Amino acid sequence: MECVFGLVGNGFAIVAADTSAVHSILVHKNNEDKIMVLDSHKLIAASGEPGDRVQFTEYVQKNVSLYQFRNGIPLTTAAAANFTRGELATALRKNPYSVNILMAGYDKEAGASLYYIDYIATLHKVDKGAFGYGSYFSLSTMDRHYRSDMSVEEAIELVDKCILEIRSRLVIAPPNFVIKIVDKDGAREHAWRQSVQDVTTASV
Amino acid sequence: MSIFQYNGSAVVAMVGKNCFAIASDRRLGVQLQTIATDFQRISKIHDHLFIGLSGLATDVQTLEGYQRLVFRHKLYQLREERDMKPETFASLVSAILYEKRFGPYLCQPVIAGLGEDDKPFICTMDSIGAKELAKDFVVSGTASESLYGASEAMYKPDMEADELFETISQALLSSVDRDCLSGWGGHVYVVTPNEIKERILKGRMD
Repeated sequence: MECVFGLVGNGFAIVAADTSAVHSILVHKNNEDKIMVLDSHKLIAASGEPGDRVQFTEYVQKNVSLYQFRNGIPLTTAAAANFTRGELATALRKNPYSVNILMAGYDKEAGASLYYIDYIATLHKVDKGAFGYGSYFSLSTMDRHYRSDMSVEEAIELVDKCILEIRSRLVIAPPNFVIKIVDKDGAREHAWRQSVQDVTTASV
Repeated sequence: MSIFQYNGSAVVAMVGKNCFAIASDRRLGVQLQTIATDFQRISKIHDHLFIGLSGLATDVQTLEGYQRLVFRHKLYQLREERDMKPETFASLVSAILYEKRFGPYLCQPVIAGLGEDDKPFICTMDSIGAKELAKDFVVSGTASESLYGASEAMYKPDMEADELFETISQALLSSVDRDCLSGWGGHVYVVTPNEIKERILKGRMD
């Protein structure tokens, strides 16, 4: 029931992901950050098999850093997305990673961009994308309200509409979401949307 | 659902008088869900040679955009200092696909080109490289059965470029309208010895 979705606005890209770490019927934790900051201007929101998700995104992050160390300049978002797709495609017929990825980035020349990469290494540059059961609700909501030059406030409103839709219509809806943004000033956490906080027995 | 129907696709190529046309739909889906409506299924190998791939999108991208085909042709150009003939390219694609005979790329290519003396050449093959040459039209994808019917009905030999464009567009749009997995517009290339005309079609967007 992992929900990941994102959209591109006017000079920025926003991604939101749920933050539940679930194993069968047990919720391990409610504040698992599934959006990794790849480098100063790239975010990777991943959903799928938890082990693969962490391993693969860390692998991509380390390789992106390595490129920057070796060559002195950072990869563009398109290049990083194509590298990620290549790794998924190579592993696909050997030991596939079950990870779906939305890669958001900002480049000076290309502006903000969002790449949809699914677990069988289908890559596509999109304006809005989503994975998981939540995608049935968030994609439709975004189709209705999205425009190509939204401001940050309008985009956050749309993200909140999607989260509301997921919370009200998905049977085991994740309670908490994290929202991260990437624009010319970099990639950073924007907000959390929490309806359930982690509670320890000591505080009860 | 078969893995060939996972993403949804439709590709058709037709022969005209010293010209050819190749067209594809634009939908990228994941089974019932539409992800994008601007997916590129046709790649230019050189000015007189195009390949369209239907089937699983990830394999379409591996073969076309990224490695394998465009790369191999560029190497050929460096070594031979000329463009590949369409017949040669078709044999190359067939060989590449058969290399993976027991773990194939899940695509069906449609190749269209102008050969020697600007004679149009089209062919299709299955996912393990069995070539099918044709004199009139070739089709592939989830809408292939509709495409066969529509093309058979609408095709005439020796059409000029403009008439060929009309014919292939109508055949494509009417076929994808009967297939829920393909559609969302069309992408048509009409190639004559002197120019390539690329056009986007707007059909039923559903």
